[in-house]
Amino acid sequence: MEIRDENEKWTTVISPVHGWLHFSLKELWRYRDLIALFVRRDFVAVYKQTILGPLWFLIQPLFSTIVFTVIFGRIANIPTDGIPPMLFYMAGIVSWNYFSSCLTTTSNTFIANANIFGKVYFPRLAVPISVVIVNLMTFVIQFLLFLGFLFYFYWRGVPVHLSGWILLTPLLLGQMGILGLGVGILVSSLTTKYRDLTFVVGFGTQLWMYATPIVYPMSQIPERWQWLYALNPMASLIETFRYAFLGSGSVNLAHLAVSAGMTIFILCAGIVLFSRIEKSFMDTV
Amino acid sequence: MSNTVIKVENLTKQYRLGIINHGMLFQDLQSWWARFRGKEDPNTRIGEHVYCHTSSCNYKQDSSFLALEKISFDVEQGEVLGIIGRNGAGKSTLLKVISRVTCPTEGQVKLQGRVASLLEVGTGFHPELTGRENVFLNGAILGMSHSEISNKFDEIVAFAEIEKFIDTPVKRYSSGMYIRLAFAVAAHLEPEILVVDEVLAVGDSQFQKKCLGKMSDVGKEGRTVLFVSHNMNAIEKLCTSCIVLDKGRLAANSRDIREVIKRYLFDKTDQQNISKWVRTNEDFSNPWFDPLSVTITDIEGNALEMPLSNNQDIWVQIEAEMRETDPALTMGYALYTEEGHLLYWSYQTDVSEENWPITKTGISNWRSKIPSHYLNEGCYRIEVIGGLHFRQWIFEPGKKTPHVEFQISGGLSDSPYWIAKRPGILAPVMEWKIS
Repeated sequence: MEIRDENEKWTTVISPVHGWLHFSLKELWRYRDLIALFVRRDFVAVYKQTILGPLWFLIQPLFSTIVFTVIFGRIANIPTDGIPPMLFYMAGIVSWNYFSSCLTTTSNTFIANANIFGKVYFPRLAVPISVVIVNLMTFVIQFLLFLGFLFYFYWRGVPVHLSGWILLTPLLLGQMGILGLGVGILVSSLTTKYRDLTFVVGFGTQLWMYATPIVYPMSQIPERWQWLYALNPMASLIETFRYAFLGSGSVNLAHLAVSAGMTIFILCAGIVLFSRIEKSFMDTV
Repeated sequence: MSNTVIKVENLTKQYRLGIINHGMLFQDLQSWWARFRGKEDPNTRIGEHVYCHTSSCNYKQDSSFLALEKISFDVEQGEVLGIIGRNGAGKSTLLKVISRVTCPTEGQVKLQGRVASLLEVGTGFHPELTGRENVFLNGAILGMSHSEISNKFDEIVAFAEIEKFIDTPVKRYSSGMYIRLAFAVAAHLEPEILVVDEVLAVGDSQFQKKCLGKMSDVGKEGRTVLFVSHNMNAIEKLCTSCIVLDKGRLAANSRDIREVIKRYLFDKTDQQNISKWVRTNEDFSNPWFDPLSVTITDIEGNALEMPLSNNQDIWVQIEAEMRETDPALTMGYALYTEEGHLLYWSYQTDVSEENWPITKTGISNWRSKIPSHYLNEGCYRIEVIGGLHFRQWIFEPGKKTPHVEFQISGGLSDSPYWIAKRPGILAPVMEWKIS
């Protein structure tokens, strides 16, 4: 009894890193105010002192779409399954942007925040989580733009088919965010020691984009190679997203399941490594 | 009943030295593989050379460094603990471990209550956000909830004296306003344990007073403060107990602060000859006033033997090389008592401008007289201070500067009635006239 009291007295015990899991969801929840404020900070501060302000959220995907339409649609003549190229590319770009910015921003967590992390303690995971939320908010704005175009084309009588799969959209977005977060924190943990990875992330995400059906439809891939796409967790997500809103392509449940499994695995690995690194990264960064 | 809120047990922090490269990656994989197979990690044995497979492996295990070594102490509730030590003694590492920024290699720290650190104020301030937004953000980073900050908001703004600018982005603030706001947030945290590191180095003197006041209030409210400073007066004024760190080890831990400070300032093991300072490295090198030696001498410039008798003039002699002259160069010394009290500063420019000694490039001897029958018996410390007037410090008071110590014993007066040490900081022989 005496010993128990002695141990219960302490609210925090700081000890060396042993074992694997140091992650506490409860602690993260206690810092939810902080996450909200980080989100607010990142969202509000990005376009301060710019003339166009929040319009930049829309300009970026709009121009990418136009460029893609011209280069891949007109010049390279890649078919888009009978969907207007504008819509086809925009669906891909908007959702890919969401995923890739989740990934690239979180992959920089430790190095970009070394200054704060070196001075105060709070659960470090608050930073990447707030990044994902900010990106989700950005996505929603860009998604509204996409919906606007969708209704415009629909009104013009272009054959696009909304399917029941749109009900799955929140799940798809959640998974993209989690996947971006998982890969991002995995990379950020490793970059504290080995900076090489910061170089990889930049062109890596770009290569990954070409390995994902963004600028081409899945139907263009020969049947015997399609199994390879099961290894890319983003491929089935994008395909499903596009099928839900445009009715192009197909939904492959097996691929979706593999993708979900990989996402969960990557997230768990990321959290384990991240929570281990966060204790000692100040000594190596 | 006393209530221990911080218990530090056998705390050790080891840093690996050397560069991080592929050798490191190789070793990490080696360690990881060994752990994976449940075998002993070949890279954890301290003090032994690592077995290297490749010639490119240039990281050796003996290149590790103990920033803290088996430190143990307890802090009770309401105590204000001063932490002193020379640069590199491990003070900041200790605070970093306690504020959970980095984790220990061995040992434990047990805490009761919330820790808030002022390792550097203004952490997480975003320049584009307004003062108001930053108060909330900074408060949350430091561990306050939204409602707590809302309750204290007016108080924080009043303390920082920036009511008018609260809705202006902080990038437009003057550095003083910025720091005042940052400190105000931290000061209103109400953590059970407050960690303060050298915050007093910033802000104007009036604000510093306010901060010191706030810190002693915090102590009186039953909360615990850990205070790291090189300012011995502040330590003595504010702290209820004090620890001294020396090269990562706990050198002293006592409630008798005066005694600890005295021992720390007059640490004889540190240097062989404390009454003479001679340059040994390039630490103090600068083009305007590069000190070569500091000596306590008689009028002819001969070094004096300790202890000094008080019936002779004492000359402080600073030999320095000047490569550049600057009319703003103001050099002198600060005289401290054994307890760390500052007696005075003295500069060569203290007299009217036409009487200033002429400075020229090359090596020169700067000499200043401390008159006989002026100081009391005891030990004194002289630190070189000075800089370019209104531009920059070259030797900032309170920081590490060339210093010497001397001891006065006997020769207090020529009077038969005054032979023993008198109370008081000074013991001047004054002139008397009766008419």
